[in-house]
Amino acid sequence: MSAGVGTTLSGINLICTIVKLRCPGMTMMKMPVFTWTSLCTNILIVASFPVLTVVLALLSLDRYVGTNFFTNDFGGSPMMYVNLIWIWGHPEVYILVLPAFGIFSEVTSTFSGKRLFGYTSMVYATVVITILSYLVWLHHFFTMGSGASVNSFFGITTMIISIPTGAKMFNWLFTMYRGRIRYELPMMWTIAFMLTFVLGGMTGVLLAVPPADFVLHNSLFLIAHFHNVIIGGVVFGAFAGINYWFPKAFGFKLDVFWGKLSFWFWVVGFYLAFMPLYVLGLMGVTRRLRVFDDPSLQIWFVIAAIGAFLVFLGILSMLMQFAVSLLKREQLKDVTGDPWDARTLEWATSSPPPDYNFAFTPVVHDNDAWWDMKKRGYQRPLLGFKPIHMPSSTGTGIILAGLATAMGFGLIWYIWWLAAMSFIAMLAVGIGHTFNYHRDFDIPADDVIRTEDARTKLLAGAK
Amino acid sequence: MTVAVNPTQTGEPVFYLADEHPHPEGYSTPLGFWIYLMSDCLIFAMLFAAFGVLGGNYAAGPAPKDLFELPLVAVNTSMLLLSSITYGFAMLTMQQNKIAQTQMWLAITGLFGLAFIGIELSEFAHMIHEGATPQRSAFLSAFFTLVGTHGLHVSCGLIWLVTLMVQVWKFGLIEANRRRLMCLSMFWHFLDVVWIGVFTFVYLLGVLR
Repeated sequence: MSAGVGTTLSGINLICTIVKLRCPGMTMMKMPVFTWTSLCTNILIVASFPVLTVVLALLSLDRYVGTNFFTNDFGGSPMMYVNLIWIWGHPEVYILVLPAFGIFSEVTSTFSGKRLFGYTSMVYATVVITILSYLVWLHHFFTMGSGASVNSFFGITTMIISIPTGAKMFNWLFTMYRGRIRYELPMMWTIAFMLTFVLGGMTGVLLAVPPADFVLHNSLFLIAHFHNVIIGGVVFGAFAGINYWFPKAFGFKLDVFWGKLSFWFWVVGFYLAFMPLYVLGLMGVTRRLRVFDDPSLQIWFVIAAIGAFLVFLGILSMLMQFAVSLLKREQLKDVTGDPWDARTLEWATSSPPPDYNFAFTPVVHDNDAWWDMKKRGYQRPLLGFKPIHMPSSTGTGIILAGLATAMGFGLIWYIWWLAAMSFIAMLAVGIGHTFNYHRDFDIPADDVIRTEDARTKLLAGAK
Repeated sequence: MTVAVNPTQTGEPVFYLADEHPHPEGYSTPLGFWIYLMSDCLIFAMLFAAFGVLGGNYAAGPAPKDLFELPLVAVNTSMLLLSSITYGFAMLTMQQNKIAQTQMWLAITGLFGLAFIGIELSEFAHMIHEGATPQRSAFLSAFFTLVGTHGLHVSCGLIWLVTLMVQVWKFGLIEANRRRLMCLSMFWHFLDVVWIGVFTFVYLLGVLR
């Protein structure tokens, strides 16, 4: 429940930031696709996490107070729990994957050296997915017995989602078409995603057919499907994003050798681990088995285990990649602030960016604003810096989070005094925070001049 | 926003603003607060839905007819509606910069809210005393949770109200406090609207059922 409330509130914060605080010239249809997918993700968050909050509250009441929401007797309805949790749960998987789609869009256009193909259709596809994700929750339990018409409705809406998703896939392909593709790590993860996610999407459409789902419900086929989309979509997306934006955030690139090793271990391991599960699921093996003794199917389990081991090596290689990069950070240093010759505005700043991001608020004329600036001979301003107005840092958020954790811990382990005390403390801290009226400050012009001069020297050294 | 042309680069494309105009403090607060209210609305929507599904499952226990006293609920409803009116008066006097009157109307609003909570709690106590506990049936679980969540919101609103009265008293009707009073106003009226739903769907339709 704390998570539900916290996520909802941060969702509201990000929506307001995107809607109200864009720089001049950046209309909605000039926003980077990643910003669009973030906006849609946060809309999904605000419109679905309250549901989670309520469901968990009702469940907690059942467990702690003895109410009868989801019980079998006294009029409760266990299936209502499954319905409510998936009304949150299905939008949630799009909350996971939409930002990944945004990452792939940025990466594809950067490393193909081309403007993203079909920007407008990409935006509309994202919005359509946002809406449709609310109309499919029942496909998680076609076997509930809700009847043919209800199941058909949800089966059809589920299949329709594959249309905007497919449109995105073609947009990425056409962005790459005739592009000068550079196979850096983020691009490699993106290509692995495109191959893997299409496969997972197709098995998803198959599962959306209710009669097929009755056979495959709760089988390893389903397990293979959702790992195929979650790992192939979200995890690969996160890896692409980490490799892409790491230099921006920390000032040095990630090591390529260990990155490639991790990539190949992961991708090969993934296919070895999960493709056998499709076979096993089709043969009727259900999920969550502790013992399974049909020797004829043993070989598939063995292959899957080898795959799992390769994925484990992939994880180790990635940790090695971080460690090695940290040690070699001087060699891998990014002084230009634009190590990938990228297209969006964040690459106009130094790596890592200063507290104030931009000494002067940028003005946007094009979707690929930074690319446009580079092409039209933008000169970095060197004079005339002014103090910059900034919101102050506050520890209140962290303190509240700590107290909420303490309260949750107290509730789970029946430590009532801890739960009560941390609840009261949360109220006190929250109210106390409202008495702080000084929420912002100015970075003095001297500090801005010093930071910008340091960057000027760095850039001169890079040339 | 209009793009200010940089005088030194007339004719050239403008890539940055030499002159900064920061957004006024609280620039995005109204939008954010509206979105918050809608997410809260969703919480009530789920509770209404749960009540809609479970509201008829009495499990051989008491039904709304046996439990609800409509005259008492009518008094309770009028308390909340009156508190909304008085909050409106507080906002009007705030716009005229009359601190003392604003504080007075806020206090009256708080008293109405307190009366509402008091009546609701006594109703709950009465029901529980008669054996109609939240554990008795799914109907009662849903009833207590829906009505109780609304009551909890009103209680939070009361704490908020007192906090704001202290802040107005300490710092006056400054811009930040006006914005806060406006947010609480929206919150308070929102709870009023939710209560209309509770009154109609839970109490009136419940007694008809």
